[in-house]
Amino acid sequence: MAMAALRREGRRFAPLISPRPITAVRSSPIAPTYEDEGPIGVRYISTQVVRNRMKSVKNIQKITKAMKMVAASKLRAVQTKTENSRGLWQPFTALLGDLPSVDVKKSVVVTISSDKGLCGGINSTAVKISKGIRKLNSGPEKETKYVVLGEKAKAQLIRDSKKDIELIITELQKNPLNYTQVSVLADEILKNVEFDALRIVFNKFQSVVSFLPTVSTVLSPEIVEREAESGGKLGDLDNYEIEGGETKGEILQNLVEFQFSCVMFNAVLENACSEQGARMSAMDSSSRNAGDMLDRLTLTYNRTRQASITTELIEIISGASALEG
Amino acid sequence: MLRQASRLLAHRPILAARTRAFSTDLPASEQTADATFAEAWNKVIPNIDPPKTPLSFMQPRPPAPSSIPSKLTVNFVLPYASELATKEVDMVIVPATTGQMGVLPGHVATIAELKPGVLSVHEGNEVTKYFVSSGFVFIHANSFADIIAVVAVPLDQLDANLVQKGLTEFTSKLSSATTDLEKAEAQIGVDVHSALNSSLTG
Repeated sequence: MAMAALRREGRRFAPLISPRPITAVRSSPIAPTYEDEGPIGVRYISTQVVRNRMKSVKNIQKITKAMKMVAASKLRAVQTKTENSRGLWQPFTALLGDLPSVDVKKSVVVTISSDKGLCGGINSTAVKISKGIRKLNSGPEKETKYVVLGEKAKAQLIRDSKKDIELIITELQKNPLNYTQVSVLADEILKNVEFDALRIVFNKFQSVVSFLPTVSTVLSPEIVEREAESGGKLGDLDNYEIEGGETKGEILQNLVEFQFSCVMFNAVLENACSEQGARMSAMDSSSRNAGDMLDRLTLTYNRTRQASITTELIEIISGASALEG
Repeated sequence: MLRQASRLLAHRPILAARTRAFSTDLPASEQTADATFAEAWNKVIPNIDPPKTPLSFMQPRPPAPSSIPSKLTVNFVLPYASELATKEVDMVIVPATTGQMGVLPGHVATIAELKPGVLSVHEGNEVTKYFVSSGFVFIHANSFADIIAVVAVPLDQLDANLVQKGLTEFTSKLSSATTDLEKAEAQIGVDVHSALNSSLTG
């Protein structure tokens, strides 16, 4: 390893200890150019470095453009599904209302994020909102746990809240999203996690360029009953007759589980849509930046090329005029 | 590239106008619920905007009218589609756990769980029948009915032979089941298939 370090050092010092006399380096302020020496006396500036950079930037531009097209086609596929699933959670909110500021002891935050990166800032906003909700619900006797869906949120939350994470679920989008898969997932969460209120944090897809972080609250049956008794938003829940021989408690239990799976399904789809949309815009801006960079590099390249041609001409002409006398 | 981008954007109409009501349209009670959350959020986390809640994305429902309206407004939703969205009909018959339940405008507010069976929607002279797997139906005081089912198929897409085969298969599984879980699963299969059978014949 010491030999490798020495070799590395040797390579770094090599340009300075070259046996040839160091001539004045003429370099443009933007791109580094090296002076080469060909046959005796002729100097020309190499454009190799600039050309290499241009090639790599062009490749990056092609890759990001391709990624944008792929994201656009995936978005089209998921978007129809998402729009169709939007009607699913509305009846529940119409019946049970939405109480994000409900006062509970055990709240569980379900953070939905993507597995792959390069999708802009949506995962960090989801994590920031989750942490904010945790702060909002902090107090004596209150605790907040996390259920994490997706690699990106897992990486961010594991750093400071490792002991608060109950479940981590990744590779959700390996197979196309469907309700059966999400209901199995919801079942797992309901079985393993105790909660008074579940808050699902996701990015709602509003348009290709706009994603709104949203939090949906699902209350456990006991809390629903408590809120219904105390009046207020859920007060007229008691006016609803329960059809069938089951008690109100049993029906509420089934209702809450069904509500959770429906809301999760919509949330997962919306987040997938937002992920593809964000990836589209991120890749679009990066290919545009690559294009700008390519333009600037082309200008530098041309300048360098013309400078070297001019130098050659000057030397030839001055040599010829020196011979003439 | 920019032309393509604008073409893509034009194909996707901006959804905000359709799904999001303006904040001035929200009835006062919904605004207060959102407002308390937003205030509490802004006190604790002033730098970040509060997240949106489902209430801001929902069309508000009309309050209970004083006289019984003439039509029932039905929302029939499935995970993959909204079959009927705020459709005005005369009557729906839903397969509740206690049997077929007819819902007319002015029905008392009810929450009912559904068992596998036939759902029929009556509008004027036409009747549309679906077989639903299970779900819930909420009937609100303002003659709005929300039917949420997991799977719903029109009856003409059911194959009688497959139904018979499934029924015999699940009855044999039920008789040979050992654990409680297997028994429960086989029982569910038998229930669904016998409901399918009776919907095709009856």
